[in-house]
Amino acid sequence: MSKRLFAVLSLLIVASLILPACATGGAKESGTVKIGLLAPLSGQVPTFGESVRNGTELAVKEWNEKGGVLGKKIDLIVADSQCSPDPAVNAANKLIDQDGVKFIIGEVCSSASIPVAEITNPKKILQISPTSTSALVTVDANGVTRPFTFRACFIDPFQGLVMAKFATGKGYKTAFVMFDQGNDYVRGLAEAFEKSFSELGGTIVGKESYTSTDTDFSAILTKVAESKAEVLYLPDYYNIVNLVGAQAKDKGVTAVMMGGDGWDSSDLDVNAADGGFYSNHYDPGDTRPIVQEWLKTFGAAYKDAQGNPKVPDAFGTLAYDAANLLFAAIEKAGTIDDTTKVAEAMAAIKWEAVSGTITFDAQHNPIKSAAVIGVANGKKNFVESVAP
Amino acid sequence: MNASAAQKNTFVETIIRRGLLGKGFLVALALLAIWKLVISFMAGPSVFVQQVVNGLQLGFVYALIALGYTMVYGIVRLINFAHGDVFMVGAFSSYFAIARWNLNEWPSKVIPSLPGWFSNALGVITVILLSMVTCAFLAFVIERVAYKPLRDAPRISALITAIGVSFFLEYFGALPFVFTSNFVTYERPISVINWVISTSGIYMLQAGEKPPDNTIIFSNISLLIIIISLLLLFFLNYLVQRTRIGKAMRAAAYDKPTARLMGINVDGIISVTFAVGASLAGAAGVLYATAFPQVYFVMGIIPGLKAFVAAVLGGIGSIPGALVGSLIIGEAEVLSAAYISTPMRDAVAFSILVLVLLIRPTGLFGEPSREKA
Repeated sequence: MSKRLFAVLSLLIVASLILPACATGGAKESGTVKIGLLAPLSGQVPTFGESVRNGTELAVKEWNEKGGVLGKKIDLIVADSQCSPDPAVNAANKLIDQDGVKFIIGEVCSSASIPVAEITNPKKILQISPTSTSALVTVDANGVTRPFTFRACFIDPFQGLVMAKFATGKGYKTAFVMFDQGNDYVRGLAEAFEKSFSELGGTIVGKESYTSTDTDFSAILTKVAESKAEVLYLPDYYNIVNLVGAQAKDKGVTAVMMGGDGWDSSDLDVNAADGGFYSNHYDPGDTRPIVQEWLKTFGAAYKDAQGNPKVPDAFGTLAYDAANLLFAAIEKAGTIDDTTKVAEAMAAIKWEAVSGTITFDAQHNPIKSAAVIGVANGKKNFVESVAP
Repeated sequence: MNASAAQKNTFVETIIRRGLLGKGFLVALALLAIWKLVISFMAGPSVFVQQVVNGLQLGFVYALIALGYTMVYGIVRLINFAHGDVFMVGAFSSYFAIARWNLNEWPSKVIPSLPGWFSNALGVITVILLSMVTCAFLAFVIERVAYKPLRDAPRISALITAIGVSFFLEYFGALPFVFTSNFVTYERPISVINWVISTSGIYMLQAGEKPPDNTIIFSNISLLIIIISLLLLFFLNYLVQRTRIGKAMRAAAYDKPTARLMGINVDGIISVTFAVGASLAGAAGVLYATAFPQVYFVMGIIPGLKAFVAAVLGGIGSIPGALVGSLIIGEAEVLSAAYISTPMRDAVAFSILVLVLLIRPTGLFGEPSREKA
């Protein structure tokens, strides 16, 4: 495997050295489909970039072993985009103008995907971001859907809807919402939960905001206990969840805590969050065969320091899904040159991905199920996958 | 007509001269606050009392921190801005004591025949003492290294040094091999027990059991905080009022040169004052982390500032003032979070600082300025 990878990589390096010299020689390379990957391999979040690269490379390898896309081998060109607007735009320009790619997977971070989307759309380059959750990635500032930009992950408000559905599905009627006023992510999830929970017949019995520097939640939690809410929706990051969960126990709060993918951390205090549930993009405990297959493939390809098979994280999984979606759309469109046709094919696709069966809505956001994970007895367990 | 205009002028002048505008504003504000409290109490007495208990818990922790500010200010006229970070070090040292060395469990291991509550209490006291000693030593070193060389420098130099020490402690603590820059989940030294207090008596709440209506929940953690704080306050009062060291402290606070002439080792007394103040902050760190179980390297900033506000409110330099001021700040914070809105809590706490500085700069218990140039 590593030899093969080395061969592919050295081929890429050689190709990238030769190609600028013959920018017009694209026709000679018609035996391959060139795909660009924008991954933050350096900068603040290099682990995200590494996960995304690993996931994408696995998808490329699988398709090439099956004979490629439309009979052509896939040629993956990786560029370091640093999770930051300027380097990402420079890397995207290099991919498009020098390497002549027509399809880009990336970026990981919303703040970098948005400026990249500004240049890919006028140039009719198809872009699919694996993990950027901001609404503005696929929609421009005027609210018009960008025709050539897609994403493989669900957007923030969707998680609120999923948890509202899960909560009402478990028979809970009343909920209390707590959110950090200064955090768009948290507020987005909280608002979506509130709206969906009311629509599904539940009652929001209380709503309180706090600031990110608060540590004393006793006043709010006393209100939660008083309100007799059955659910406490707290879609914040794990550090706040740890604090609130621990204090809730000494204020007599018995509500079930629920949250979003901000809880997904090895630092989540499983005692504080005991009995709680949160939504996530994917969970390795999911029993669907495609998930188990993916775990096997990934574990065979990547080992940790002890030589044990690695478990793919959400980033690697979504990148694998994004690459597969892209190749499936190209196959369906039957062309590697006309990106307009591929974009149309993508918008109408129905594809069973690891993170759920994906179709796209009018804003190019995937409609797919989310994994609900329960915290119980010191462990995080997959509970069920909830479809919107 | 002239006469009435003159009269009017003197009337306005009197109002301004006597500061009646400010006083009137203060009275109006106080009435508004009292009215709001009464309304809130009538709306739900048990919830109100519950919130007051929450506020007490917070107020007593602030009191322990505020005492350090007030004692140091009383003697060297220095606002020791590194005090909040000493509090953070206290919280972290108890974290290591509990999570790494299980120090809170030693009594039950060494003498298993002790009753459970007694060995728990002994374990908690050990952890608190360890944090207090660590912080006292740290403050001693800080005082010798950073403040003593500046004893005769302008006061602003020492203040800026204090800010420097504060940053040093924070970002030295953030280093990966010291405390790390992550949020660390704190392991409580005791497990939580809740009691329900109602008109029919007190009983223990089982885990996961819903408390009945119109009752007050009281946890062993609130109890621990209040008892430990009161013990430390009594101890401090005894130290300052009844011992030779306390006498020397008071003398040094009153007049350093004369105290020195009387044969008091003023430098030694200043070191002791720093150490005692810091040990209280260390204990506060343990109690705060037990109540709000998470520690991280900048956790000391906000509680430190609130305690400073409390010390100013009570009258900086006054020990009873620090306690009363802290309880007021704790209650003001929790009650405004409960009955106005949560993000308002800091605004209310710091507005109190502004009001005190405007209306009564010496604070509730502060003596009129006896500063010497």
